[in-house]
Amino acid sequence: MSGGRGADGAGEALRIEDLRKSFGDLEVLGGVSLSVRRGEVVVVIGASGSGKSTMLRCVNFMEIPTSGKIFLGGALVGRERGGGIEYREKELTRLRARVGMVFQHFNLFPHMTVLQNVMEGPKTVLGCDGEECRRRGNLYLDRVGLAWKAESYPSQLSGGQQQRVAIARALAMEPEIMLFDEATSALDPELVGEVLETMKALAEDGMTMIIVTHELGFAYTVADRVLFLSGGRVLEEGTPSEVLTFPREEGTRNFLRGHGTFRLPEPRLD
Amino acid sequence: MGYEWDFAVVFRDFDLLLLGLVNTLKVTGLALLFGVPLGLALSLARLYGNFAARLFVGLVIEFLRTTPPIAQLFWFFFALPILIGVEIDPFRASVLTFSLQSSAFFAEVFRAGIQSVEAGQWEASRAIGMDRNETLRRVILPQGVKRMIPAFLERAIELMKTTTLVSAISYADLLYQANSVAQSTYRTIEVFSVAAGMYFVVIFACSLGVRRLERRMARSGETVMN
Repeated sequence: MSGGRGADGAGEALRIEDLRKSFGDLEVLGGVSLSVRRGEVVVVIGASGSGKSTMLRCVNFMEIPTSGKIFLGGALVGRERGGGIEYREKELTRLRARVGMVFQHFNLFPHMTVLQNVMEGPKTVLGCDGEECRRRGNLYLDRVGLAWKAESYPSQLSGGQQQRVAIARALAMEPEIMLFDEATSALDPELVGEVLETMKALAEDGMTMIIVTHELGFAYTVADRVLFLSGGRVLEEGTPSEVLTFPREEGTRNFLRGHGTFRLPEPRLD
Repeated sequence: MGYEWDFAVVFRDFDLLLLGLVNTLKVTGLALLFGVPLGLALSLARLYGNFAARLFVGLVIEFLRTTPPIAQLFWFFFALPILIGVEIDPFRASVLTFSLQSSAFFAEVFRAGIQSVEAGQWEASRAIGMDRNETLRRVILPQGVKRMIPAFLERAIELMKTTTLVSAISYADLLYQANSVAQSTYRTIEVFSVAAGMYFVVIFACSLGVRRLERRMARSGETVMN
């Protein structure tokens, strides 16, 4: 445990310090720093190739950072050695169990029922017994409103339902933080809403989330903070209204202009 | 031609042919029993081993696949005993040869099956904290094996046909028995026709069974991922 706790360490779910990632000669992340409080929702936007997905994939070590530090729950991941950080696969495997991730292409297990998909992590990784697994599976399926599909196979569900099951599968591990990597990009437009609703409900329940998305209207309503990434760096950061409505940087403005007008949230009539 | 068929002779010695069939099935079955798990192990070593293991296993597989089975059989029956100073009977030599030989082919079937599973399945498994072995056991192999069934069956049938070579080292398989019955009865045409028929019945029945299994598995669950 070489990771020190910061002054506000107790409230900090994740801290990234000067994260860099290169693939060969190509530098994808050129030094990103970010601190996420417990219960905070951070939305990351930016053009494709700006490093959003890579940043997310470094947080749960699907990609190993080239350099930089990542602290989860106040503790440094890996061991400092000779100016760099050394990671061991076993440690990273355990760490991934604490970080939930939802992919663009759902990636459900097609040979398992919906309930088995959601139970798989708790059963295989956490080793819970059959009854407890089942209870957990049903609990989180219910959270995404799909308990009635428990015995179906993924191929029998719509894309939106599949993605909600994928969210339940990640939630069933009771992660400290959830990562969403363009979770609605592969969906037909009419199916996007149900997935965004599910994510919004999670945010309202106090889940810590980092969301990479192109849904700017959604970002506006749900985010506590918006990060604009460009060329592997954070170009602008602030509240949704600061970044999305009154962007200071030319790069941000160009990006938002390219997106045209984004859908504003529906008016609340209650 | 005026040839007079006489199957009565054949059926008088049918028990000899049956014994041969049993021996054929014994060699085939044991070769499958050892060859399939060994093939899985070889494929995993070839896919996930360190550099030395991958190189070594790759060479072994290619060697077994590219040398004639009968040469392998002769090597294990005639050469190996000289090397180790222990007699190996035809049965053991046959099982040994065909276990190793089929394991090389099954290794390639397993490898293709494992590699056919989308990378996203690995990602999703890793993301919920599963390690490589858990992912293979719970996610990749169950999907891969399903897709392997046709290739697997083809290999198993090929194996059974190739085991006819064991008659060359005087192991009493179906072909060997047919040959000796033919020689003692002079009913060559009938005897070999019946023997061929017996191969056909067994192999065709197997392939029907597997086709039914495939259909049943297809119904339970997996179709296509969109």
